[in-house]
Amino acid sequence: MMARPPASMTACSPSSPGRIDASCRLPLFALFGGAALWLALSSVFGLIASLTFHKPAMFADCAILSYGRAFPAWSSLLVYGFCIPAGLGVGLWLLARLGRVELAKPWLITVGAEIWHTGVLVGLIAILAGETTGYEWLEMPRYAMVILFLGFVLMAIWAFVTHTQRAEQSLYPSQWLVLAALFWLPWILSTAVLLLQFFPVRGVVQAAVAWWFAGNLLNVWLGLAGLAATFYFLPKLTGRPLQSQYLALFVLWTLMLFGTWTGIPAHAPLPAWMTELSGVGNILAFIPAVAVIPILVLTCRGAKVPCKGGPLCFTKFGVWSFVLASLLLALTACPLIHRVTDFTWFGQGQNLLRIYGFFTMTMFAAIYYILPRVVGAEVLSPGRVKVHFWLGVIGTLLFALPLVAGGVMQGLKLVDPAIPFVDVAKSTLMPFRMSTLGETLLLIGNFVFLFNVFGVIVSYLRSVGKTVYVDATAQLETAVVKP
Amino acid sequence: MKSAATVFLAAFLALSASWAGFVLAPQLQLGRQPQVKPSGVEGLYPVARPGLAQQGAQVYRSLGCVHCHSQSVRQDGTICELVLLDAGTNGPATLAALAQFDRELAKLPTLTALPKVIKIVRDVPSAVPMIKALKAAGATAEVKVSAQGPDIARSWGLRRSVAHDFAYDETVQIGTRRSGPDLANVGMTKPALDWQLLHLYAPSSVVTGSTMPPYRFLFEKRMITRAPSPDALQLTGEFAPPAGYEIVPTPEARALAAYLVSLRSDVPLDEAPFTSLTAPAPATNAPAK
Repeated sequence: MMARPPASMTACSPSSPGRIDASCRLPLFALFGGAALWLALSSVFGLIASLTFHKPAMFADCAILSYGRAFPAWSSLLVYGFCIPAGLGVGLWLLARLGRVELAKPWLITVGAEIWHTGVLVGLIAILAGETTGYEWLEMPRYAMVILFLGFVLMAIWAFVTHTQRAEQSLYPSQWLVLAALFWLPWILSTAVLLLQFFPVRGVVQAAVAWWFAGNLLNVWLGLAGLAATFYFLPKLTGRPLQSQYLALFVLWTLMLFGTWTGIPAHAPLPAWMTELSGVGNILAFIPAVAVIPILVLTCRGAKVPCKGGPLCFTKFGVWSFVLASLLLALTACPLIHRVTDFTWFGQGQNLLRIYGFFTMTMFAAIYYILPRVVGAEVLSPGRVKVHFWLGVIGTLLFALPLVAGGVMQGLKLVDPAIPFVDVAKSTLMPFRMSTLGETLLLIGNFVFLFNVFGVIVSYLRSVGKTVYVDATAQLETAVVKP
Repeated sequence: MKSAATVFLAAFLALSASWAGFVLAPQLQLGRQPQVKPSGVEGLYPVARPGLAQQGAQVYRSLGCVHCHSQSVRQDGTICELVLLDAGTNGPATLAALAQFDRELAKLPTLTALPKVIKIVRDVPSAVPMIKALKAAGATAEVKVSAQGPDIARSWGLRRSVAHDFAYDETVQIGTRRSGPDLANVGMTKPALDWQLLHLYAPSSVVTGSTMPPYRFLFEKRMITRAPSPDALQLTGEFAPPAGYEIVPTPEARALAAYLVSLRSDVPLDEAPFTSLTAPAPATNAPAK
């Protein structure tokens, strides 16, 4: 292992990509490795939760695996276990690569990542033990959230320091998005945790804060972190410049300005101005999604790069899922539609398209691109990546679309009081069972991903171990030869 | 965008706007909402739930009930009906009073089979002249306001849910999905604790075709030693425990049932009015007059 010069010496002269990647190795092992583990575990809990719909009495004697606990365990592990660490890892690498500078204090970032994963573990145990907060997408109790927050701040500080030490002064769109994401999360997280768990506000204001948080997390933060990767990897993988930086700037602005108003459902027992305003936000948040389409189409046009189930496929599928999810969100602003879709599986289908279809797929692309570089060897089998791609695509579509369609069916029955509720509930079972099939495919895909990620990490550690062993035995041999 | 500062400033502007709108503004508007004195109801509204029900709310939160049950009733609008309660002793005078407003109504069958709805009116003030004229003729009429919509028709509530209903809840569990029915007024429709406990233990024993998972872990199956427990569930048929055993609710189950029966927002409010022709029973924990 070569010794790195102190950060102050590298600050002004650009580092070579190899050395930058090497500086990211340890933090990214911690972030991506942990994220892959949580993702696989999350899909296990997701499947357990879904089984309750197939056989209600399955976990009647087991509080830990009952639907009301397995479901928040799934969603928390998905967002806090996978999405945020993966997004952060990719963001860190982007800041270092685009700034042509080695990561500042990689070991502190690694510590931050481990603190984060500890927080996720604490939160998971708390949810299973019944300590959930009861707010959707913010289920972990405050002691877990404090750990998460500390871990995030530790990583964000050194991400920002890396950015200020950059050798390349001009900024690329991905850097704007990563910086905005670094700013966004601590704000929404601290507001939500302080006002819901430490100094709870009264009555429905709690619900307003929780919905504001969830909207900002899912519709803005995931957008910022995901599109940061998209805007970097689309040009990188096609070998064409981003079309165009101005459009990317427009996406960033509209996503922040409009996306931040989404999240409050139309049925909320809140003053009408809030639900109406959020509906307008839902519609306007479609603008950045529309603006992403020309970026994708124009950047990829004419590029003779076969996709072949590699990172480019993941990225493209991610963009189209983002567009579709944003379209579904915008549709729910229409009173005729939300009258039917509110309180149904429709919203969950929309969230799944956004989280699985857009965010995780974009992150898979980034991780599959980055990991071989930080270990400095092409150790990923393209076949296994391709298998993961198709499992992800089919799984996401089979998971989300039946819920979207089933949600509409459920809603149409729900607004007809002549249909008894039991029949409404039963009518959702068929689409739900189909979605369980998609969920199972995703579970397999997530384990393939786990296998791929750990394959890279283990093969790297093995090669390092081999070098150390060879060095050590070489010394031994010389020692033996000497006398 | 030339520097990180510009990005941070832009993000700050965008996020602070929605923070002011969706965090600060509702706090200013609703954070200190006072209790109100609803018309036709004794005492103030809302009041905090009884102690056991408050513990039950924590059980409800801990079991993640919110993932399947909403607590929010929707409503499409209201309908105002003029109800003739009493025709008085002077029939012709009453008919004459009605004739001032609607010739169709001024017929004898209008005065029979009371009380009954005789006219749909636009709102309460528009019916006042008619009520006054009928009163002068010796008859009694009043306007009945009722909420409309599928949720109301499913008898999930008498009116839509409003901010007031949640004022004293520590974790507001409004929910976004209805895999199970709305529970905003389950204490109004299913007020019996025994029913709630049976339903928690074996949902399909009381609701045919229920898709709800049973919560058997909230109950204790134990051997009857001397005398059966008075709290044991009255189970029959396939749900009954083996002979010599009984099913007794744990404190959590009891608290949860107490919380469920405390879920009722059946008080008319200015922002969500309705007329209850039969006066609702006073709240159990209301101070005696």
